[in-house]
Amino acid sequence: MKMNHRKLLLFCFAGSLLLLLVICLLGLLIPESAVSGSFLEARQAPSWEHPFGTDAMGRDLFLRTLKGLSTSMMVGLAASLISAFIALLVGVATVLPSRLLDSCIRWIIDLFMSIPHTVLIILISFSLGRGLKGLLVGIAATHWCSLARLVRAEVLQLRNQHYVAVSRRLGKSGSWILRHHLLPHLAPHFLVGMVLLFPHAILHEASVSFLGFGMPPEQPAIGMILSESLQYISAGMWWSALFPGLLLVLIVLLFDRLGENLRKQLDPYSAQE
Amino acid sequence: MKKIERAEESAFPARREGTVPLLEIMDLSISFRMYGEGLAQRVLEPISNLYLRVYPGEILALIGSSGSGKSLLAAGILGILPPNACQKGRLLYKGKDLNPERQAALRGREIALLPQSVSYLDPLMRVGAQVDGYRKPFPREKRRSIWKRFGLPMQTEKMYPYQLSGGMSRRVLLSTALLSEAELLIADEPTPGMSLEQSLEALRTLRQEADKGKAIILITHDIDLAASFADWMAFLYAGVTVELAPARDFREGTQALRHPYSQALWRALPQNGFQPIPGFQPYAGEEIPGCRFADRCPYQTELCRAALPPIRSLRGGEVRCYHGT
Amino acid sequence: MVLEARNIFFRYGRQQPWLLKDFSLRLDRGERLSLLGPSGCGKSTLAMLLAGYLQPERGEILLDGQLLPQKRCCPVQLISQHPEQAINPRWRLRQVLEECPLQQEDLLPRLGIEVAWLDRFPRELSGGELQRFCVVRALLSGAPYLICDEISTMLDAISQAQIWQLLLREAEERKLGLIAISHNPQLAARISERVLDLSCLQQEG
Repeated sequence: MKMNHRKLLLFCFAGSLLLLLVICLLGLLIPESAVSGSFLEARQAPSWEHPFGTDAMGRDLFLRTLKGLSTSMMVGLAASLISAFIALLVGVATVLPSRLLDSCIRWIIDLFMSIPHTVLIILISFSLGRGLKGLLVGIAATHWCSLARLVRAEVLQLRNQHYVAVSRRLGKSGSWILRHHLLPHLAPHFLVGMVLLFPHAILHEASVSFLGFGMPPEQPAIGMILSESLQYISAGMWWSALFPGLLLVLIVLLFDRLGENLRKQLDPYSAQE
Repeated sequence: MKKIERAEESAFPARREGTVPLLEIMDLSISFRMYGEGLAQRVLEPISNLYLRVYPGEILALIGSSGSGKSLLAAGILGILPPNACQKGRLLYKGKDLNPERQAALRGREIALLPQSVSYLDPLMRVGAQVDGYRKPFPREKRRSIWKRFGLPMQTEKMYPYQLSGGMSRRVLLSTALLSEAELLIADEPTPGMSLEQSLEALRTLRQEADKGKAIILITHDIDLAASFADWMAFLYAGVTVELAPARDFREGTQALRHPYSQALWRALPQNGFQPIPGFQPYAGEEIPGCRFADRCPYQTELCRAALPPIRSLRGGEVRCYHGT
Repeated sequence: MVLEARNIFFRYGRQQPWLLKDFSLRLDRGERLSLLGPSGCGKSTLAMLLAGYLQPERGEILLDGQLLPQKRCCPVQLISQHPEQAINPRWRLRQVLEECPLQQEDLLPRLGIEVAWLDRFPRELSGGELQRFCVVRALLSGAPYLICDEISTMLDAISQAQIWQLLLREAEERKLGLIAISHNPQLAARISERVLDLSCLQQEG
């Protein structure tokens, strides 16, 4: 069969999704014992036995990176899911007739967007006692704004469509219109928005952990690995920062491509390219 | 045969012997590759076997239902089709091949488009300044006199495109086209949204432009207006030219028309019986080997279904039908 | 049954001029009325008011002395000029008809709908075919009054005649009250018993 543009996109899409799934599963399946390591093998350069080398405590960096990435992706997934859900609720609340509520929502969105994400995440994470919970709440609470704006704009535009007015004159209730006209239209935007939230969430997780306000030190998170490696990089352990960092960049780029591809497919204008 | 044709053609003053058509289109087809459901790709061909000729000093009205590819033709002539379109056939401008380079050089200068909607205007620029553009000599006075004639208030100058009503925006667009020195003007649906008086005024203006020697292609679905202002009418059915007729033939009625589709159009008008023929126009994607009108035609034969009739001269016009008399 | 507009006033926003000023209209069931007038004289606004899409600032629109219902299916249905805006582009056409309270699939061929169209998306049909769906949707709503706002302006002559012949036949059988808004005097004379010229409306207002 001939490879057309859309098939190629679909192929890339399936490929990157598979890769991400594999990394995530591998991280989960690797037992704790495999990353415990011994001081006999500390500070080894990359070799076939340890493709990414080992750290100062003799732990295998490849396995540790995989495990860290998997943790980061889990946090990212949970945070972007929660974020996207908040965005949907806030966006759809636009259909409610209350003017006051609408102004409130606009005000809150503007407020959240005016504070730098990292600062806000650190603040929330710190006040909730750091750790997984603090980080998750911090990321989820800061990332919904831009998606909520998008959903809101779509809802505002849909609400004025003639076919929605026709539906109302045919005796359909507000909730029927929400379920049959609005939500199916919003679903693709929502999905793309959610996937594009993902790389943001992962990067923020990594950076906040790196700064020491996120995951606890014993948890193999990618931010922690990078932060630890910083202490040894001047001692010539270049591998301890390079490979985990590269892998993090790769994952973030993959997710970004995934979201962009999805957007192109679902957007009627670029879908015919 | 040839002699008779010439004798008849001379009945139309604009088409003197030896005059080269300003624009001649032969066997033009425009197709799109589209994605259907899932991964299947299909080809749509909204225009096929399109044929028309327009001479200086004439208005040629292009008549066809929505979906017969009229607006697409304008894009094809100007060379501004979307990237997934594919164009075949021959376009001759002043007797010479109209290739993409020549299109790019001529559009906006010798060939101008009068577009269908305000979305063609820059939304951030005041309408007056936008219509004036960077032409030399500066056309403000000329533009104002045109606007006065169209009944556009002078405040319109200071407005932005989104503030214009439907009818106003059409008149603004029309004035843009009138200021250009183009020899060929393609007017894509210039009248909807205007009142009857305004559309008459617009058509009168176009008529004057044609009388000064411009050639105008008028894309419209308002047959009444087209029949009273155009010199020639080209009837499109599902993207195929089925008849080229002098406009007065349409004013006369079915006995003067040549193709069963144009006759059916005449009979369907409210003032002429309001009787529609049954059935629907085929879709752009459907592959039909023979005449596209055959399914709805009272004269259809085996031959019509087997092969597309060639275009032939008949009583001073041209028709794509085996049976037309 | 009688549809009445009693002394209605309407404008878009407080600063705008009155578009309709002390306008009254009366239409019995089974009657066909045409409203003629240039663009911008408030024809479409009147259509939206009569079908309950807009509310008059003063005055009332009554059906048998009652205000039009806001929650139930409205007994006055509007068919608009642009069918592609009146149909959800993401729906198959079967869903469009399922939005009506009445379901009569056996009636469809009689109403000029081919069953094969039901599984298509709106972009796969021409304007004339989509407009048929809007007409059928309005008929299947069971409303005794239909308002047709320039429904054939964007269509070719054959589709126009097809749709109007269908509508006139159904209006006759169902004893519908029909208000046709048009700018074409010949069409108005063909389809209605009474023609009301609205061009004077603007000067008064």
